[in-house]
Amino acid sequence: MDLYRDFILDHYENPRNFGHLDHPTSVETLFNSACGDKLTIEVMIETKKPAGAVITDIRFTGQGCAISQAAASLLTEEVKGKAVSAVMALPAGGMEKLLGTKLTASRVRCATLPLEALQKALVKTRGFRVR
Amino acid sequence: MLSVKAIRKDFPIFKRTILGRPLVYLDNAATSQRPKQVIAAVNDFYRRHNANVHRGIHTLSEEASNLYEEARATVAGFINCGSDELIFVRNTTEGINLVVWTWGFDHVRSGDEILVTVMEHHSNFVPWQQMAVRRGAVLRVADITEDGLLDMEDFKKKLSKKTKIVAVTHCSNVTGTINPVSEIVRLAKRVGAVVLIDGAQGVQHIGIDVKVVGCDFLAFSGHKMLGPMGSGGLFIKRERQEEMGPFLTGGGMIREVYATHFVWAEGPEKFEAGTPDVAGAVGLAEAVRYHTRLGMRYIRKHESNITAYALERLRDMKDMQIFGPSDVKVRGGVVSFTIKGIHPHDVAEVLNYRGVAVRSGTHCAMPLHDRFRVPATTRASFYLYNDKKDIDALISGLEQAKHIFR
Repeated sequence: MDLYRDFILDHYENPRNFGHLDHPTSVETLFNSACGDKLTIEVMIETKKPAGAVITDIRFTGQGCAISQAAASLLTEEVKGKAVSAVMALPAGGMEKLLGTKLTASRVRCATLPLEALQKALVKTRGFRVR
Repeated sequence: MLSVKAIRKDFPIFKRTILGRPLVYLDNAATSQRPKQVIAAVNDFYRRHNANVHRGIHTLSEEASNLYEEARATVAGFINCGSDELIFVRNTTEGINLVVWTWGFDHVRSGDEILVTVMEHHSNFVPWQQMAVRRGAVLRVADITEDGLLDMEDFKKKLSKKTKIVAVTHCSNVTGTINPVSEIVRLAKRVGAVVLIDGAQGVQHIGIDVKVVGCDFLAFSGHKMLGPMGSGGLFIKRERQEEMGPFLTGGGMIREVYATHFVWAEGPEKFEAGTPDVAGAVGLAEAVRYHTRLGMRYIRKHESNITAYALERLRDMKDMQIFGPSDVKVRGGVVSFTIKGIHPHDVAEVLNYRGVAVRSGTHCAMPLHDRFRVPATTRASFYLYNDKKDIDALISGLEQAKHIFR
């Protein structure tokens, strides 16, 4: 049962960056209607960094399976401090790498939901970035 | 008593393994498996009788036409309607849409009401929602009791002279709740409403006699009752047919065509535009024969026993919440549940590692899951080839899931 290794279960049971930001720059909520999952990503972005816009803080909330929750937890750890442009360029396949496992087609959506929510939240801040 | 051992021999899929383990198939509410008799009937049609129907004078066309009409008579007999009242469709969804877009659009006016229940499958919700929006009609939703039964008091309260159509499932695909369809029809007739029954989970597990029930429409899917994918049936009472125009138009459903207009055919052909899935119909008829050979009474009894056993075993587990009625007299072979702390997807994934196929999610019934205030459930659903050993495999898989997510 390769999928449920200890570190995935650990991220599921003790999710990192779970909760809310006081003043998020952008928020996005996505649903996975087939499974009833719901995931909200909140990001804080600073624009005056040498690398351009950078994610300085991030939180997530929601309900979902072990894979979607662990993926969200891992993703938030991964992107904190990263340039927005780099995060926007992350491919969906990168989530499998973060989870360190191959996913069956039916579970890919669980893993990519957090990334999709994050990228949608970042797209919303485009106006903010040019200002 | 059904001999499950003998029955399983008819289903070639049980020879294969899933991740090295024997297949335990408990996703029958989604689709059933097919016996070799059905596969052979489809195969035989293509090998020996293949031709288009109702067109040719040649022998093959005549054979194909005869097989198609024999299939119609067999399927019609299964629900006790006339052959001229049975339309072949692709599935329940298509059958319901046919009624919505023909009878519905012609008879529902602004301010009229359509009454459904909160336990309907999306395919018995969304088409009515569509029509209500376009017609300025009101879609009313009857509630359930805490036990997952239809709340008849609420149903009666929402049923009125304004109600044009009552659309209700025979058996819920989430809770297995069997609705009192005869009583529903009786109440609906009193206010002059017509009744559509979603038979997707009913015809093959509980059985239905449309003459006794008195409904106007009954839609069902062949693939959930041992038949081919893409086969299905829609019963339309004769009187209703006379009030209806065609659905899809084109070849096959016409009597005369002129450059500017056409005259449609009468009977089921009116609703079957284009070349039908003849092999699908032939396979569906074979599936029907499989049920009648075993006897619907025995199938129902067998599935009731399995369901009672499953409920008993599941109730013994800690942190388990089971949805739907506890009495198997009013419950078909469907059991949806949640285990505290484990997401239904993870439950299904762990079960799959053990060869046990179940469904997780909202099972195309989001309004019902909202009503239960849960985002998703895991569902096990049974059929004539399941036995208590399958339930034991389910339970031991669930124990393992609880161990992983302790």
